[in-house]
Amino acid sequence: MAEDIILELQGITKIFPGVRALNNVHFQLRRGEVHALMGENGAGKSTFIKVITGVHAPEEGHIYFNGEEVHFKSTLDASALGIAAVYQHPTSYDDLTVTENIFIGHEIIKNGIIQWRQMNKEAEALLARLHANFKVTEEMGALSVAQQQMVEIAKALSTNAKIIILDEPTAALTANESEELYQIVDQLKAEGVSIIFISHRMEDMYRLAQRVTVFRDSQYIGTYDVDQITEAELIKAMVGREISDMFPKPEVTPGKEIFRLENLSRTGYFKDICMNVRAGEIVGLTGLVGAGRTEVMEAACGITKANSGKVFLDGKELRIKQPVDAMKAGLILLPEDRRTQGLIQTWGLGRNVTLPIQEELAHRGFNDEKEERQLAKKYLEDVDTKAVSIFDLASTLSGGNQQKVVVAKALAQKSMKVVIMDEPTKGVDVGAKAEIYSIMGDLALQGYGIVLISSEMPETLGMCDRIYVMCKGRITGCLDRSEATQEKILELAMEQSQKEV
Amino acid sequence: MKEKSLWKKITGSREVSLVIVLIVLLAAVQTLSPSFLTATNIAQIFRNNALTMLMALGMLCVMLTGGIDISITSTLAFSGMTIGLLQKYDILHNTFLLFLIGAVIGLICGSINGMIVAKGKVAPIICTMGFMYIWRGMAYVISNNAWASGQDVAGFSDFGKDGAIGPYIILIIAYIIFFVVMKWTKFGRQIYAVGSNKEAAAISGINVKKTITSVYAIMGMLAGLAGVLSVSIYASAQPNMQYGKEMDVIAACVIGGVSMSGGRGTVVGTFLGALIIAIIAKALPLVGISSIAQNFVKGVIILAVVVLNVITQRTMDKQNLSRREI
Repeated sequence: MAEDIILELQGITKIFPGVRALNNVHFQLRRGEVHALMGENGAGKSTFIKVITGVHAPEEGHIYFNGEEVHFKSTLDASALGIAAVYQHPTSYDDLTVTENIFIGHEIIKNGIIQWRQMNKEAEALLARLHANFKVTEEMGALSVAQQQMVEIAKALSTNAKIIILDEPTAALTANESEELYQIVDQLKAEGVSIIFISHRMEDMYRLAQRVTVFRDSQYIGTYDVDQITEAELIKAMVGREISDMFPKPEVTPGKEIFRLENLSRTGYFKDICMNVRAGEIVGLTGLVGAGRTEVMEAACGITKANSGKVFLDGKELRIKQPVDAMKAGLILLPEDRRTQGLIQTWGLGRNVTLPIQEELAHRGFNDEKEERQLAKKYLEDVDTKAVSIFDLASTLSGGNQQKVVVAKALAQKSMKVVIMDEPTKGVDVGAKAEIYSIMGDLALQGYGIVLISSEMPETLGMCDRIYVMCKGRITGCLDRSEATQEKILELAMEQSQKEV
Repeated sequence: MKEKSLWKKITGSREVSLVIVLIVLLAAVQTLSPSFLTATNIAQIFRNNALTMLMALGMLCVMLTGGIDISITSTLAFSGMTIGLLQKYDILHNTFLLFLIGAVIGLICGSINGMIVAKGKVAPIICTMGFMYIWRGMAYVISNNAWASGQDVAGFSDFGKDGAIGPYIILIIAYIIFFVVMKWTKFGRQIYAVGSNKEAAAISGINVKKTITSVYAIMGMLAGLAGVLSVSIYASAQPNMQYGKEMDVIAACVIGGVSMSGGRGTVVGTFLGALIIAIIAKALPLVGISSIAQNFVKGVIILAVVVLNVITQRTMDKQNLSRREI
């Protein structure tokens, strides 16, 4: 069989002090192929990528490039062969221009002078190839995440990359932007570039990949043709067990209204936001990234200030001067960014959980550490956090587990009535996702009101009783569970006729 | 869990590594100059460095929130000069009241710093730089560049004169209070929370602005107290007193393992840091290093300890990471 294999890895084992991060894994990439690499967080995907790009040298195993065995001493060796990686969070320089970012490290220099004109021209050509609609002289920081990603891809192309690795490229993108990325990937494929991509989104894989390789617990599980494996089989391969129901949405008859926004406005961000949530109801708030969803909820919780409008909780109007007022009243926000807003990474889990309630627990200013430990343990167990002890540092947990700690932190606040979850499953693997959905279901059954801010269609459609859609700072519609479809949501999310805020 | 090896225990705790540095330092000095470790000398070390040690506690709090305060010795001078003048012009001679006035002056100075940093979102080094000039200038203005001499403050200076226990008592009480507050109270926890992650702290319902204002106010109060203490120890008040010594206070914290970016540092570490600085200052002349070389040696030792700190921190981080399930 004349398969055109550009890259092959055999029996790769990588050992870090105390852990086998990769254990005898295999991988094969054909020329012009899009190959998905899937697995839960911590399955070894990132380490594997680092082996391919020459960051880590494996203890055992062989790497073949175009049939010849190669040994990467550093990332330079890998990039010399045309292997380039584009990471989930663009690793770019915000204050430099697009051209500067593309050519950083391999500027075109003649007689010691940087050839700006030539570089700009080549950068323009690269962007045109990707159908990008921004200028090469723009500063990187002024671009959207999707545009920054394009620059990263252009950067890879500028080094004549034969193999491009995309690490969770769609995690920060909206449905629309993802579609644009798909088209770029299709085009690169047509041009003969081989692509490895890592993603937690099934849609990405179905849309793009011909084959998928699955890792689990540092082991190689298998390589499958995408059109010959069912989603259930794939999930089982990744998680190691069957997940019968991804979205365990409980049948809850909503109670009385407990949360309402009336004409909430903040200049430049959103205008005239009206919405309500009943007890036991899961209400989605969706729209394109930048539509103002997070901003609305941050204003409702007092993290930023709204210019006008009212927030009602349990029928009473809330007077919120600072975040603590909303918290005390029972309006709890689980922020999107667990790393910078949700948890103190350098603290133990227990302290993180009890941080919002330490003041109530304290006696005459002294912390009640015993009570704190007991409560922390209880709530962390309630959400089934996987950790050695409550003293584990938050930074040592995987994304899914960190999210559970954030939920435990909310649960610890007895005042909680309404919980707002901002992208709770972002960057979380499929097993932990299912667990977070089931926690949401439990909360709804217990009569809490839940607002789910999400860009992911399947979870919005799967978990919500009602879905509010935002576009450019306004609510453009509210769909009932029975009538909501992906198309209807997209249509509302992209309504062009809306006035700007 | 497996027992940690002795080596890991040592490299895994900053305080332990500082104690080792201290022991090595003491042993070296003691070998070169056997008369070093005497009760009198030790008492002297604490008395001579009481001001640095006292203010280091406030600097610890400020640095834990990710800030810095370089106006402290100016606050000290303003407060010290004020109470010196009160005595010079025979307005007040009551020791307790003088301390109270000094502390209140410092508290006010510090609160202003804190409000500007917290509410105005001015970079701490810029804001306190401004007040560094302002309070020092005030000390000159109110005194008209004249001293309050030993005669003027006679009686009051008995509190801190050589052999008196006043300064030691203040230090012991201050260190006990801060140790307890930082370790076991909600206020201590809030300071660490704000310094570790301001956003997460705010979302967790902590009043970040209030916490930041408080630490600068506390810093100011300690600087004010230090001003009064300084007058009593050195039996005089001059507008240029303790000029430039704020760097010693910051150095004590840095050596003690307090992170410049906030969130990391302990009272014990600060104490050890201040002690190491104090011993260096006292020991160098004893072991025959001429006074002109002292600053050089001090700098080398500070850098050496800080490098050791970084290594310790890395080891700790690695240990934490290796516990992570992969």
